[in-house]
Amino acid sequence: MDYHWNWGVLLQPVATGEPHTYLGWLATGFMNTVALTLCAWLLALVVGSLAGIARTLPSRFARAAGTAYVSLFRNVPLIVQFFVWYFVVPELLPATAGDWIKGLPPYTQFFVVSVLALGVYTGSRVCEQLRAGIEALPKGQRNAGLALGLTLGQTYRHVLLPVAYRTIIPPLTSEFLIISKNSAVASTIGLLELSGQARQLVDYTAQPYESFICVTLGYVVLNFLIIRLMGFVRNRTHVPGLLGQ
Amino acid sequence: MFEMDWHAIFQSRELLLTGMWVTLRITLVAIACGLALGTLLAVCATARSAALNAFARGYVSLFRSIPLIMLLLWFFLIVPQFLKALFDLPPTVDIRLVSAMVAFALLEAAFFSEIIRAGIQSLPKGQWQAAQALGMGSYQTLRYVVLPQALKAMLPVLLTQCIVIFQDTSLVYVIALGDFFRRATSIGERDGNLMQMLLFAGATYWLICSALTLLVDLMKRGRRSRVGA
Repeated sequence: MDYHWNWGVLLQPVATGEPHTYLGWLATGFMNTVALTLCAWLLALVVGSLAGIARTLPSRFARAAGTAYVSLFRNVPLIVQFFVWYFVVPELLPATAGDWIKGLPPYTQFFVVSVLALGVYTGSRVCEQLRAGIEALPKGQRNAGLALGLTLGQTYRHVLLPVAYRTIIPPLTSEFLIISKNSAVASTIGLLELSGQARQLVDYTAQPYESFICVTLGYVVLNFLIIRLMGFVRNRTHVPGLLGQ
Repeated sequence: MFEMDWHAIFQSRELLLTGMWVTLRITLVAIACGLALGTLLAVCATARSAALNAFARGYVSLFRSIPLIMLLLWFFLIVPQFLKALFDLPPTVDIRLVSAMVAFALLEAAFFSEIIRAGIQSLPKGQWQAAQALGMGSYQTLRYVVLPQALKAMLPVLLTQCIVIFQDTSLVYVIALGDFFRRATSIGERDGNLMQMLLFAGATYWLICSALTLLVDLMKRGRRSRVGA
């Protein structure tokens, strides 16, 4: 195994003639991964919360809809979902909406599709965490809220959710880490996030080890930042006495 | 409106079945090797040796902090060189398949070890003490008392992880290995019906995985009623 290490290649200008270095490509990739992770995480929290609440409502229809959503998105591989969002969904939409998506600049299109695919998929996981968090609360909480004359919505808003969300912060931290890693799947539809840049760098420089090492470190840094961020959130929100810490 | 052309899918059945066989082989190797290595790691993680604990912790966090796609790319870079250096491989060996199997086996070892470790730690301390009081050594305690109970307690979680592996194998797309999903997309590109092949592939995964999930749920329910809780 004789491999010629050449870290200097990262500082060379890119071969496409654009005014960047290869390191600049990696930095762009890192920022794209961060942007995709954050946008998709926000979408996942919104979708997952709605579905998670739906699965605990008295209405049988709402529960069935939540169950169907989870079953659909948890039993199909993520890469298949990316491809379906990218190739199939624009065709099935009404012509105007489909044409609007297809008319976007390629980069925007990759990004929007990736946020949708990743966010809706992760939403199904967030949904299960929130449902477990709500179901773990004593039944008396809901009954007491309703007995006090709160509406169902008020009971969720002021009694159930404030505690449920705070107790599921550890599993949500894991989901946040998982979504940052799953964002790499976006490279398969063409988004040049960190993994996409890794492969592009190999194509242009033929220095796979340098490129892969940088990208892997990029993910490690991102993981570290997320753990610190969620640790901060946990400390600010933890329910006194409930988590035993 | 869109209609499925079942005839076209039926015509490509051989390619699709070959792909599914690749998918299944990766899944099975990952489960078998992952369980074996994962059990070893879990034993290391719970052993009374700081060095072994640190090794197990380091292994698990290393593999869990890298996206699966990067892991596959890494192993497709490293494994072929290793194999070339170590053995004189016949050209019939599919190097992509071997790389994917190694990557999945090592990754799933990390996931399985976390599950089994939780199983070991959930056992009451008395199990260890009783075994030791009966004169068993550490190996015998693990082999006959601790591991059988830990694995049994964690069976539903282990099975759920197997379903996750089956889905995750579709990511071998990035090293151009012809598994079920990769073949479905190439048939779609060849015949100009990518949309249909994608929907078909998604539906196939969905059917298999939700059937298996249902089985695991039934098993969980059966266990709970037997315990009488």
